[in-house]
Amino acid sequence: MSRPAVSPKAAVSPADAILSVKNIEVIYDRVILVLKGVSLDVPRGGIVALLGANGAGKSTTLKAISNLLHGERGTVNKGAIVFDGVEVHNRSPNELVRRGCIQVMEGRHCFGHLTIEENLLTGAFTRHEGKAEIAKELERVYSYFPKLKERRNSLAGYTSGGEQQMCAVGRALMSRPKMILLDEPSMGLAPQIVEEIFNIVKMLNHNEKVSFLLAEQNTNMALKYATYAYILESGRVVLDGATATLRENEDVKEFYLGISTTGRRSFREGKYYKRRKRWLA
Amino acid sequence: MFYREAGQFKTSYAADMAVFPLRQDRMVVYLFLLFAFIGMPLLARFNIGVFGQDYIFNGILIPLLILSLAAIGLNILTGYCGQISLGAGAFMGIGAYAAYNISLRVPGMPLLFFILLGGGVSALVGILFGIPSLRIKGLYLAVATLAAQFFFDWVFIRVGWVTNYSSSGSVNAPQLNFFGWVAERPIDRYLVCLLFVTIFAILAKNLVRGNLGRQWMAIRDMDIAAEIMGIRPLYAKLTAFAISSFIIGVAGALWAFVHLGSWEPLAFDIDKSTQILFMIIIGGLGSILGSFLGAIFILVLPIMIDLVPSAFGVQVSVQTVTNLNFVIVGALICALLIYEPRGFARLWGIAKEKLRLWPYPY
Repeated sequence: MSRPAVSPKAAVSPADAILSVKNIEVIYDRVILVLKGVSLDVPRGGIVALLGANGAGKSTTLKAISNLLHGERGTVNKGAIVFDGVEVHNRSPNELVRRGCIQVMEGRHCFGHLTIEENLLTGAFTRHEGKAEIAKELERVYSYFPKLKERRNSLAGYTSGGEQQMCAVGRALMSRPKMILLDEPSMGLAPQIVEEIFNIVKMLNHNEKVSFLLAEQNTNMALKYATYAYILESGRVVLDGATATLRENEDVKEFYLGISTTGRRSFREGKYYKRRKRWLA
Repeated sequence: MFYREAGQFKTSYAADMAVFPLRQDRMVVYLFLLFAFIGMPLLARFNIGVFGQDYIFNGILIPLLILSLAAIGLNILTGYCGQISLGAGAFMGIGAYAAYNISLRVPGMPLLFFILLGGGVSALVGILFGIPSLRIKGLYLAVATLAAQFFFDWVFIRVGWVTNYSSSGSVNAPQLNFFGWVAERPIDRYLVCLLFVTIFAILAKNLVRGNLGRQWMAIRDMDIAAEIMGIRPLYAKLTAFAISSFIIGVAGALWAFVHLGSWEPLAFDIDKSTQILFMIIIGGLGSILGSFLGAIFILVLPIMIDLVPSAFGVQVSVQTVTNLNFVIVGALICALLIYEPRGFARLWGIAKEKLRLWPYPY
């Protein structure tokens, strides 16, 4: 059986990576080790997916990148994160937003008592080009999310989950980011809406050259839209590769996509994966 | 190195669920209790070191124990059930005045009953003031309990029969006669307080570990989810108010009878409420141990700071020391809460976790 080995080489050469995470370790509460050396690269203008089960460390990785961990009593105590040529460490989240790295948190977090339009305008908080420019930006966001335009005057708290997710992505766009860290955009949404949101992500990536790092449970969808993917398991990258190869990978098929080509496999055949997991764990 | 659980096998559920499942923890607690119950009286008896002075008991240990008890009471309500209360002082006052009035009007009962009945009256009032908590939440509830504080401040001063029409508002506690044994010396009164605190701490610890405690914590963490799971918010909140007020009331009765001896309404004003609230915030919300640690910090630290200038032979006026005290204690509270927002109990927990993993960092 031919299996693509975990490539020691990164997806891109560090020079054209907008984000590179090098071997980071994250500890919560000073005693709980969550990430045990995660490395990944996001090429400029690429869509990279970060896959894995619940508790694998996807959200933690994203929070480490946008420096939000201290709020949850976590610290990065090893490794380095470089975004667009600067070390993320010791830079405040708001500076990172100003530099073009913005996170869309899991669970949307729209401001419930503001209207959709006001929500979007909060996204332009870090920009100082004047009203005309921001109005133009708003139109641009509305062009990607026509649904939001219809509901521009309703309170975000009273809109549907899909609209809130769009609002959150649109709000992030308002800061004109170079890169968006998207945490579980498909959470709690109907499959059509998920597809819609992923299509918009693809479009944004294509038209606006925004890079995406996408943490996702929906492996199938993520592998379809991303170009490169990393699979996390208990705080480690266990597999990575171009999504086209990963989709063909037997392990990924079996453990993440739920497709088994050979029918019920014997216990012995599962051993390879388990052995490697043990080696990595 | 000494804090390992290796070789300690639990062979029953009871052993696994014990309050102190680790032998080392148990030993420390037993030794501590042994020292508190037997060592202290011996030290006092033979005038060893500072323990020969009455001040160490009257000025530090007795108030410390009683306020720890009040902090445990408030921690049940605020720390475990999540209902912020600014009325702890008032409930202490209710306990004290209720015990006083019962002792006055129903003479012949043992003193212990006065104290417990004082707590009982406080519990009833607590239930009464807990009823609005079903509708008011968070800071609004804090304001409602603040109203209770002001209301009872007013009652203690204005309603004559509460103080038995004493012209100055000052009343005297009856003789501390516990079933024939009169607690007169500071060490006796210390032992009375210690016994109360030990018993109530054990009861409270077991209560919060049990079904009722889980209900409180569920209400605290997410009241809607708790309700969906079949927990009755009315029952859970009112039991928390009742038990919390009972313990605070007992602490109030002890404060009045055992610590002060004679007191006036000012003893239970809003300062007392905030002091107790600070204790549980600094000690750790939702922790019995934290109640003690917070009480030690709030009560003993200023006394220690007072001693520093004289220890170095520097002559500083009392006024300056008092002001410095506010500054230093305030700064320390801020620093602590920045470093560890969940208080001493959390620090202690992390320290224990670290010790168990030592020498590995994680």
